[in-house]
Amino acid sequence: METKQHIQSATPVIKISELDSYKVAKKILFYLVLVLGAVIMIIPFVWMISTSLKTTGATMVLPPKLIPDELNFDNYKNVTEAFPVYRFLWNSFFVAIISTLGQILLCSMAAYAFSRLEFKGRDLIFLVYLATLMVPSQVTMTPQFILMKYLGWLDTYQGLILPGMFNAFGTFLLRQFFLGIPKELEEAAFMDGASHFRVFAQIIVPLAKPALATLAVFSFMQSWNNYLWPLIVVSNPKMMTLPLGLSLLQGRWETNWNLMMAGVVISVIPVLAVYLFAQRYFIQGITLSGMKE
Amino acid sequence: MVGDHGLKKFLVISAFLLPNLLGFLFFIGIPIVASLGISFTQWDLLSPPKWIGIENYKTTLTNKEFWAALGHTFYFIAGYLPLVMVGALAIALILNQKLKGITFFRAAYFVPVVTSWVAVSLIWKWLFNPEYGLVNYFLSQFGINGPAWLQDPNWAMPAIILTSVWKDLGFVMVIYLAGLQGISPSYYEAAEMDGASAWQKFWHITLPLLNPTTFFVTVISLINSFQVFDQVMIMTEGGPADSTSVIVERIYNHAFRYFEMGNASAISWLLFFIIFFITLLQLRIQKRMVGDGN
Repeated sequence: METKQHIQSATPVIKISELDSYKVAKKILFYLVLVLGAVIMIIPFVWMISTSLKTTGATMVLPPKLIPDELNFDNYKNVTEAFPVYRFLWNSFFVAIISTLGQILLCSMAAYAFSRLEFKGRDLIFLVYLATLMVPSQVTMTPQFILMKYLGWLDTYQGLILPGMFNAFGTFLLRQFFLGIPKELEEAAFMDGASHFRVFAQIIVPLAKPALATLAVFSFMQSWNNYLWPLIVVSNPKMMTLPLGLSLLQGRWETNWNLMMAGVVISVIPVLAVYLFAQRYFIQGITLSGMKE
Repeated sequence: MVGDHGLKKFLVISAFLLPNLLGFLFFIGIPIVASLGISFTQWDLLSPPKWIGIENYKTTLTNKEFWAALGHTFYFIAGYLPLVMVGALAIALILNQKLKGITFFRAAYFVPVVTSWVAVSLIWKWLFNPEYGLVNYFLSQFGINGPAWLQDPNWAMPAIILTSVWKDLGFVMVIYLAGLQGISPSYYEAAEMDGASAWQKFWHITLPLLNPTTFFVTVISLINSFQVFDQVMIMTEGGPADSTSVIVERIYNHAFRYFEMGNASAISWLLFFIIFFITLLQLRIQKRMVGDGN
């Protein structure tokens, strides 16, 4: 900021060519800051991959080498043999996909009711939904656990999936979006004798695609990265999702960072791959995640 | 005829609303009410719950560990919030300069945001390794003998704060970037005609017009920081010497290590009240600031 001020306040007295060179200098400075920042963001990931390819001995060498002398892929084999990593991966995928599909369906249907159907107490019910957004998840976490325990749902998929599927946030988000869709289209459809279900499926849902995609990314990420809830409801390694499974590696290999990083790489790659494909929706979805808390 | 019509309407509404509403009541509504009830009982899940009135709240509010955890949570917020906000705003301001390659940089800063907390915490735990970690190696290049970070009660919280800033920077940056892009260029054009410097423009145009964004970021970051847990659990488990024990870690331990459901619920309601009042306070401040602006 200081440099910027300095440059700008000096502009009125200097000649055009100097002004240009100042502009260039400013640009270079900006790029330097950006590149430095980007390096700080990326280096930990490079270090993670590099460590995952080292032997245990090579991780304890000073100065640390960013590129290992010899590539050692055994870590990946060892991690997947010692822990059901692929099972963790599958559980994470399954739980995240079902939660996401469930949320999209349930939230969009309720949002249709809240935005298009008229009935007594509608706004009151919606207000109650909104009020629960204020309550932090730690408040409901203990009774939810007790509920799971009495239902016999500990260490099950329904225990992992169902409690997280019902949150007011998605309903709220979609209702706001549906309210912005003009009603003329539906009115024409109703005149032609279409039912609410048809209007919902053939008019509202297609028009709300961007909002649905954003909510989908948000729910998927939320579920994929969730640690606290699986930690509470799962103790059987076979039912663990990736974050929880990863935390197990830690207890087993306190000092074998190469093995641990191999596990971390396996957990990070799928999400990074999806992220690179759907960047726009990711950024929107994550930005929304802030609003949810 | 009318009754038939009413029934059809009722069925349509039920079909759309009930799946969500029933699940919502069962998994959110009942637990909220139950949590409040449980907070007035003593319950280890083995014997039936015993009503003990406000005893849990009393014990919690006179418990040194609770206050220590609250203090550590505030320490975390005091370090995390200014760093992440100033850092994110600075990067957003630069990215907003219409430079080339913005998409690449924005993507790079955003990568930690999509990575899970557990993965991030493990990576940084290794980076903060006292002997072979990259952080202390980097410091040693400048002749600095780095601390033991997560194993040192004085440095564990700063390490957690730095990790959290690293992970969330891109998230806050994207929100600021959206805010910056919403400012009409005509403001700057008018200021330039009056000969305003870049600093004056930032101070008198950008910052005031970003007020709603800053408010939004502060509210959600504060709410999220009060619930800090994953990174603490993975990196230190509240240690060393309880120097990083935080509120949610207390709730977790009371509920799932000591099986004191009542106590855990009481702490979670105290957390709710803290978040509620701080958010209310922020709304007040925001209102006053907007009022002054007019």
